[in-house]
Amino acid sequence: MSQSIETRDLTRIFKGKSETVKALNKVSLSIGEKEVFGLLGPNGAGKTTFIKILTTLLLPTSGEAHVDGFNVVKEADKVRKIISLVSGGETPGYGILSVRENLWFFSQLYGLSSAVAKEKIKGLMADLDFEEYANTRMAKLSTGYRQRLNLARGLLSDPKILFLDEPTLGLDVLTAKKLRSYIVDWAKKEAKGTVLLTTHYMAEADEMCDRVAIIDQGRILACGSPNTLKENLKENQIMKVETASIQADFGFIDKMVGVIGYSQTRNIQTGTTTLKIMVSDDEIFSKIMSELEKAKLKILAVNKTEPTLEDVYISLVGRGFEEGEAGTHA
Amino acid sequence: MLTLSAYVYLYKMLNAPAEFASFVIIGGTMVAFWSNVLWNMSAQFYWEKETGSLEVYLVAPISRMAILLGMALGGIVNTTLRAAVILIAGTLIFQVPFMLQEPFTALLMFFLTIIALYALGMLFASLFMLYGREAWHTANLLQEPVYLLSGLYFPVNYLPFIIQILASLIPLTFGLDGIRRVIILGESITDTWLNVAVLVVFILVLLPFAKFALNYMENLGKKEGRLTLRWQ
Repeated sequence: MSQSIETRDLTRIFKGKSETVKALNKVSLSIGEKEVFGLLGPNGAGKTTFIKILTTLLLPTSGEAHVDGFNVVKEADKVRKIISLVSGGETPGYGILSVRENLWFFSQLYGLSSAVAKEKIKGLMADLDFEEYANTRMAKLSTGYRQRLNLARGLLSDPKILFLDEPTLGLDVLTAKKLRSYIVDWAKKEAKGTVLLTTHYMAEADEMCDRVAIIDQGRILACGSPNTLKENLKENQIMKVETASIQADFGFIDKMVGVIGYSQTRNIQTGTTTLKIMVSDDEIFSKIMSELEKAKLKILAVNKTEPTLEDVYISLVGRGFEEGEAGTHA
Repeated sequence: MLTLSAYVYLYKMLNAPAEFASFVIIGGTMVAFWSNVLWNMSAQFYWEKETGSLEVYLVAPISRMAILLGMALGGIVNTTLRAAVILIAGTLIFQVPFMLQEPFTALLMFFLTIIALYALGMLFASLFMLYGREAWHTANLLQEPVYLLSGLYFPVNYLPFIIQILASLIPLTFGLDGIRRVIILGESITDTWLNVAVLVVFILVLLPFAKFALNYMENLGKKEGRLTLRWQ
């Protein structure tokens, strides 16, 4: 398989007044044609920085990046002809223009003839189920429909490589599902429809991607198909424990020998904390349960679970996304 | 219109020559363009950044100058309507005297002034793209001095010589002077050739400089990571 995207030792350092942040640290990745590739990591992991360099919006500090064989720094003009970028949570366009007018306007940036553009706009609006909003002003659209418009805008130019930065951010479950399945179909249907997707939704990466790379603090920690990455965890035990407390300190778990990692999700509404603990064998888990009982924590449920991409992340970093976000820069 | 009216009545109270009112009306017409350049054209990239559209423009395979030219053209068309209303209403209400002899010279002077002004706007746009907040303050700082120095409300030759030299660095000063001389004083192209020449020089300098500044700022933004960064 020839490579759509290739990076070698890609590094990006941001120098602030008081601190220096290494957003990308020698990232080397190869993404093949027609591949849906996911870059998975918590906020501040370096995902957007990576995508900005590949879409020519940011210069790398060192290292190289090629998109469809073109160097993103030296041949930026050639790169721009074959790519498109769709960022979640963004609503590029003009509120006073209708959906159709906005799409037509953006089609002109790619030199599409008006007739071709109108045909494409009609097709995309039908495919993404928002034809009835064609004449609605963009300002009046809901978040979900704005994101449909945003995606349609990204696909207008028939990009060879589509970059999606958190494409389902802030969307409801149904809209997110609709967009995910459309993107996967698009990638499979197009002759060279490579997709590079960044997300911090594990299920999204699992559902959409042929391969994923897990990134944390600017470093690629693992790369492979979701199944392969999960298979590697088969030897470990993963338990889900629900406790009736949102204030307890579970830091002791991390210090216990044999614990590979754990994550905690606090639910303020129910007043519970769900722990996901990965251990090398069952005995360690029994010790953890005794410690929890000693701390007089009420255990609501204990389940053994199958590995997910979140567990892959926990096994590599030792913590879940939620805990990482609090202490991560950039 | 209220500001224009105030100036017109002020000059009438001071028994200033009748041309002063005409000066004010022409000045007021051109203020519309200057305000558009300063607050819309210059800040265009800043607003595009805030709404997330700048990213889309910069990823598209088009010339950055083409984007700015499109924005300038839009600004000119919109502002021309406003300026026309000021000119027509001002002329009819205050019955100001005009002695226009060469309409084509007036049109030439007007277009050269507008091109030079918007070229300056394109230059400012690159500054706004990267230095949003600071550029905003600079624009605020520039507004009133430019009103004064360019002679929007009275002829610059009433100002001290040193101030006139400073004023000559602003394309609007020469443009406005030329337009007034042709429309109000009935001067010809031979009388105002220097204004035409200076405006052409402004255009020839400002347009390439704007292109250079835009490239420079874009590269600097990519290097510093501030190109699409908001709230700065």
